[in-house]
Amino acid sequence: MLNFIDTVGEAVAGIKDGSTVMIGGFGNAGQPFELIDALMDCGAKDLTVVNNNAGQGDQGLALLIKEGRVRKMICSFPRQSDSWHFDSKFHAGEIELELVPQGNLAERIRAAGAGIGGFFTPTGYGTTLAEGKETRLLDGKWQVFETPIHADVALIKALKADGKGNLVYRKTARNFGPIMAAAAKHTIVQVSEIVPTGSLDPENVVTPGIYVNSVVRVDSAGPVDSADSNKKVA
Amino acid sequence: MSTQTSIQTSEKPLGRDELAQLVARDIVPGSFVNLGIGQPTLVSDYLTEEQNITLHTENGMLGMGPAALGDDVDGDLINAGKIPVTELPGASYFHHADSFAIMRGGHLDICVLGAFQVSATGDLANWHTGAPDAIPAVGGAMDLATGAKDVFVMMTLLTREGASKLVEQCTYPLTGVGCVTRVYTDKAVFLTGPDGVTVRETFGCTFEEIQELVPLPLKKAE
Repeated sequence: MLNFIDTVGEAVAGIKDGSTVMIGGFGNAGQPFELIDALMDCGAKDLTVVNNNAGQGDQGLALLIKEGRVRKMICSFPRQSDSWHFDSKFHAGEIELELVPQGNLAERIRAAGAGIGGFFTPTGYGTTLAEGKETRLLDGKWQVFETPIHADVALIKALKADGKGNLVYRKTARNFGPIMAAAAKHTIVQVSEIVPTGSLDPENVVTPGIYVNSVVRVDSAGPVDSADSNKKVA
Repeated sequence: MSTQTSIQTSEKPLGRDELAQLVARDIVPGSFVNLGIGQPTLVSDYLTEEQNITLHTENGMLGMGPAALGDDVDGDLINAGKIPVTELPGASYFHHADSFAIMRGGHLDICVLGAFQVSATGDLANWHTGAPDAIPAVGGAMDLATGAKDVFVMMTLLTREGASKLVEQCTYPLTGVGCVTRVYTDKAVFLTGPDGVTVRETFGCTFEEIQELVPLPLKKAE
């Protein structure tokens, strides 16, 4: 069931303590800052968050971590020059980390959305990140068994939605959006624009509306990049 | 007399830019290439238009152009190092699972990565020092190492303490097993494979001097 919602606060209101929440974005590109801020305001805690990173600077996911709302991070690259909130929580033993190679992270999310029970991949074979996992020699390569990552909720950012919830993205801000939309039980999307049904070329729809539950329009000025290099996205 | 032939091609060790230039020159025209974060990024400065190389960035793009400056900076258009970049004509965007399928599926010709250590059999260690207080972060390194048809490493041959980074067996945590095919260093280029390590050329030193520095048996290129 697709709903168009007026505010980000109403959009995230149903997120419960203990939920697994996928958050789109790679660095700041595609990160749904307004939805994350709303998640912060709604008070949900004890969350497992799936994102490529573990927050940057003093905004978005970084603040959620700072405020102790995140019990566990599933990500590929938590350590960055400006990931100080994650760093201090990690060193204090106040946050759990499941470190996943980026391609495995993406494919595990994709597998969840596609109803795949697991898959074998050569990535990580012979490394500490594959310790304890089943391995098989397939097609002449040693491969590691990886399981899907499911989520209760996905928070993602797209450029436009039409009245059917079909989505188009913008440049590399697409990143995890389409696969997270499919993997979560409930997908909440913030968009810059809601356009009339029929105005998106069906050939160019990236995420079909079947994966989308809630759409909220946000007048986004875009994130403030720590390198001060982000231009406003129209 | 072939054993007496010198494979020294430069009087001095190569600087970072000279090494990037050499790697760029060795990339076969028409290749699809992923350049890792850090030193490998320099390679893009030396790729020529005639080479017709398509650059892949794992956050979802083929046809990446140079770093964006001034008004071209767009927060929605970044590379894997989260640096603003530009798009070239013919560029394409795709989601993360497709982007890593491009690697894992063997569609990328070459990736160029930095390294802490490379072993005699081409094992790569480049993601974690193993220090107990370090926060581990792997990103796409393991996917790149196992996915590209050829994995080139760029690094200095020696650590600051003077130890060889080309080793019999890696002591740092592994990124990939038997994946590296070439190692470009300031002092020599090494070809790694099941037949052992061959020195292709040396810079600022002789083959014999390289053999003194590297604690494993080396072969000299014919």
